[in-house]
Amino acid sequence: CPPPLLTLSHISGISMSPSRQNSHHSLHSTMVLPKTSYSVISAFCTEENISQCIAYINQEVCSLGLTGVSLESESGGLSAVLVLNLLYEVLQLQRRAQRALHELETQQLKNGSDLEHLQHSNCRLKDQLEHTRRENSGLHEGERQLQLKIKTLQNCLKSEKEEVQKLQSIISSRATQYNHDTKRKERECTKLKERLNQLLMDKRDKKLSIEMSNYVGRSDGKRGLWKTSKMEARHEGEMYRALLSDYETRQRSLVLENSELKKVLQHMKKDMIAILSPKNVCVQPEPADDSLEQAVSEGEEEAGDRSRESLEQSCEQAREQLTNSIRMQWRKLKSHMERLDSQVSLEREGDEVMSRKEHEDEMQRMRLELQQCKEFIHMQQQLLQQQLSSPCDEETAALLNDCYTLEEKERLKEEWRLFSEQKRNFERERKNFTEAAIRLGHERKAFEEDRAVWLKTQFLNMTPFVDRKRPALSEPHGALAVSTEPEAKLQSTPPLVTKSQSYSVFSTPKAAPVKMPSTADLYRTLHLIPESRGHGKCASGEMLTKSRLRNCSTDCSVISLVRDESSPV
Amino acid sequence: MNFSEVFKQSNQLCKVSPDGKYLATCVQYRLVVRDINSLQIVHLYTCLDQVMHMEWSSDSLFILCAMYKRGLVQVWSLEQPDWHCKIDEGSIGLVSSRWSPDGRHILNTTEFNLRVTVWSLCTKAVSYIKYPKACQKGVDFSADGRYMALAERRECKDYISVFVCDDWHLLRHFESETQDLAGLEWSPNSCVLAVWDSCLEYKILLYSLDGRLLSLYSAYEWSLGIKSVAWSPSSQFLAVGSYDEKVRILNHITWKKITEFEHPATIINTKAVVFKEVEKRPVVGSEDLSIHQLTVDNSLFSTQSKYEITQLPAQVPVIKPDPDRANPKIGISTLAFSADNRFLATKNDNMPQSLWVWDMQRLSLLAVLEQTAPVRCFVWDPRRPRLALCTGNTKVYLWSPAGCVSVNVPIFNRAHAIMSKIVFEGIKCGLCSQAEH
Repeated sequence: CPPPLLTLSHISGISMSPSRQNSHHSLHSTMVLPKTSYSVISAFCTEENISQCIAYINQEVCSLGLTGVSLESESGGLSAVLVLNLLYEVLQLQRRAQRALHELETQQLKNGSDLEHLQHSNCRLKDQLEHTRRENSGLHEGERQLQLKIKTLQNCLKSEKEEVQKLQSIISSRATQYNHDTKRKERECTKLKERLNQLLMDKRDKKLSIEMSNYVGRSDGKRGLWKTSKMEARHEGEMYRALLSDYETRQRSLVLENSELKKVLQHMKKDMIAILSPKNVCVQPEPADDSLEQAVSEGEEEAGDRSRESLEQSCEQAREQLTNSIRMQWRKLKSHMERLDSQVSLEREGDEVMSRKEHEDEMQRMRLELQQCKEFIHMQQQLLQQQLSSPCDEETAALLNDCYTLEEKERLKEEWRLFSEQKRNFERERKNFTEAAIRLGHERKAFEEDRAVWLKTQFLNMTPFVDRKRPALSEPHGALAVSTEPEAKLQSTPPLVTKSQSYSVFSTPKAAPVKMPSTADLYRTLHLIPESRGHGKCASGEMLTKSRLRNCSTDCSVISLVRDESSPV
Repeated sequence: MNFSEVFKQSNQLCKVSPDGKYLATCVQYRLVVRDINSLQIVHLYTCLDQVMHMEWSSDSLFILCAMYKRGLVQVWSLEQPDWHCKIDEGSIGLVSSRWSPDGRHILNTTEFNLRVTVWSLCTKAVSYIKYPKACQKGVDFSADGRYMALAERRECKDYISVFVCDDWHLLRHFESETQDLAGLEWSPNSCVLAVWDSCLEYKILLYSLDGRLLSLYSAYEWSLGIKSVAWSPSSQFLAVGSYDEKVRILNHITWKKITEFEHPATIINTKAVVFKEVEKRPVVGSEDLSIHQLTVDNSLFSTQSKYEITQLPAQVPVIKPDPDRANPKIGISTLAFSADNRFLATKNDNMPQSLWVWDMQRLSLLAVLEQTAPVRCFVWDPRRPRLALCTGNTKVYLWSPAGCVSVNVPIFNRAHAIMSKIVFEGIKCGLCSQAEH
């Protein structure tokens, strides 16, 4: 029990004296006890609590495994031997503990340095590892490239091998050929040698000779000629002539071909120019080009004429000019076509549909027309066929002929009837006209008389003879009456109207002849027909109008009336 | 088409006279001349040995018979059967013999091509031409018969000599720029000479009549080159067939290639017509199998064949050649233009059963004829655009722009069918005579 609390803490305080640097080495410091601590120790044990202290120390010592101190209470004091032993043991313990601590400390230092060392080496190794990894990848890359190179080299090698093989086969075939030829020549050589030997040994030598019954004439029948230099020259000449003629024929054919090709090119050029003429080319993206094109194309046309002239010359320049112009035109045509193509592709749908529709309508219409025409032709053909293939027997032919003639007869009859009708009409008119003319003559006469009388009276009136009777007054009445008569007759017979009107127009009518005039004479007198013409009803009518127009001015209605009247029935 | 009875002959020696009136055949050492219409024997001549080569003269008056083993040439006259002529080359031997265009000279090539001897029947004169070249086609006469071109080889160089056939005067002699001249051919207008190199080098040279080099054409290097050459009848085109299975057409103005015709194994050109010969055997009923029928009616064993039009794309049968042999069977070996210049017929050696017809106006493939057996030979009608071909069986095939037809030739013994070339000549003469009448 307890004063120890205080003392223990003091002890622990002693042990942790500041002179020591390592504060955790708690038990280390107790070698030098500072003076002040004495008092603390003495504080632990006093005179009073010695037994307690001893007990406590025994306890502690027992727990440490040492023999305890037993109190001998004879003197009431401790046995110094025991206490010293105890102390000695405690000191030993202390020393042992210190040593152990020292060792541990050294061990720890060592461990620390080992750890440092290991860490360093770890870092180093990591770096090394990284470095080797990088090296490794680099080496891989190098290896891959080398593999590639190997492959290409292998391919090269293969091709080279193939070539070598080919060359070898060629060489071998040539070698076999050479061998074959050499063998052949060798064989021939041996044969020659043998023959030579044979000939040398053979005494008799067969001479070459020819036996013929008789000479044969030459194939061309001529006699043979001696070989002279003139003959040689002739042969040379013939040879050169043959060569020259061959060259000439060849040149002629080439010139012909050349001219034909040139013609074709010219036509092509003209066509191309026509196609590319300014009015045809619609879309012109660059005006500058256009003008140039136009100018060029115009120039081309001129050049075309010029080159046509030089066609015959066929000189280098003309040829070049032609080919260049053809090329240029072709290029233009190509660009034009490309433009058209792009245009077509860019065309709007609506426009297309419209034009297509129109186009289709047109097509439909044309097809219909075509169909109709075809049908018509077919029908015609059929009829024609019928006609031609009609039965050729006499009866039906005759019958048919009769039919045709009947038809014609009918037609003729009809026409005859018409003709007679017309003739009757004409007669009637003629009669009317004649009557009218007669009447007109009469009227004219009457009118003349009236006029004369009137003039006379006028004249007489003008003179002082006033009281003179006017006997002619009755006359004009007659004439006037006459003149009114035709007026009355105006509505009934239009021809008379015209004639009377025409009569009134005339300023100086000629005196009508007394006798019954013929129609022609009448007409002539009335200036209705020119003097020298024969009268034909219709045509003269026309002529009448014309002459009338020429002579005097009449109003158109008269003319039209006359024309209508005299138009052919 | 009417066919006569079969005539025996040997060595494929059966020729129609140039005027179309007579047919000459050789049997062993006999020469038989028949009238072409009646096929009656007109003349019969006997030679001294087996005849190896027989040729009509250009005016149809003489026939030469060459016996190479004995080095003899005998000439027979049609007008005077008693007339005889014998040319003996002596110990120098004989390798080939031919007429000159005027029909009065005979050119003999001696053994080992040592020289060419020109014998004149008019004067018995002899001329010699030294160092002729032994090649595919070393001698050619111009179409008008005026000039002869001869290839020579001296000191490992090629030369060309041009002679005037009149008097064998040497007109021109010039060096040829070929490595190893394989052949030469005059153009039909006699103004240009085409000269080509051996197959080891693709080179074709064009020389003018007076010896100037007009042009040189080479399509490629190193691979095997020219196999065949043909002029068009108008001299406009020169067709060159080569080992690369192509025909190249050169034009006469610039001497440059204007087109090349390929012969692919698959035909995809839609404008071409592919005719395939289809054989069908007739069905035999039991009552037909009497002995009498078998012996008399040989149509039992003959197969009918007709042409069918194949749908495009069509496959052409190809035979791969042996690569280790010289002169491999690949490439265009035969070319022929039609008489009107409009068509070209070609044969590719590694497609031996097919014949290709090209339209020269459009410069494209017109028709392909696929036969059941390899095509042996073909020839154009001299008047019309009609092609006749045979494949070694008993049929003759005709192609024209209107279509194709196969005609059965009544040959009894199949062994004779091998000599289809004779039949062919018969057809040719038939065509000639048809044209005449």
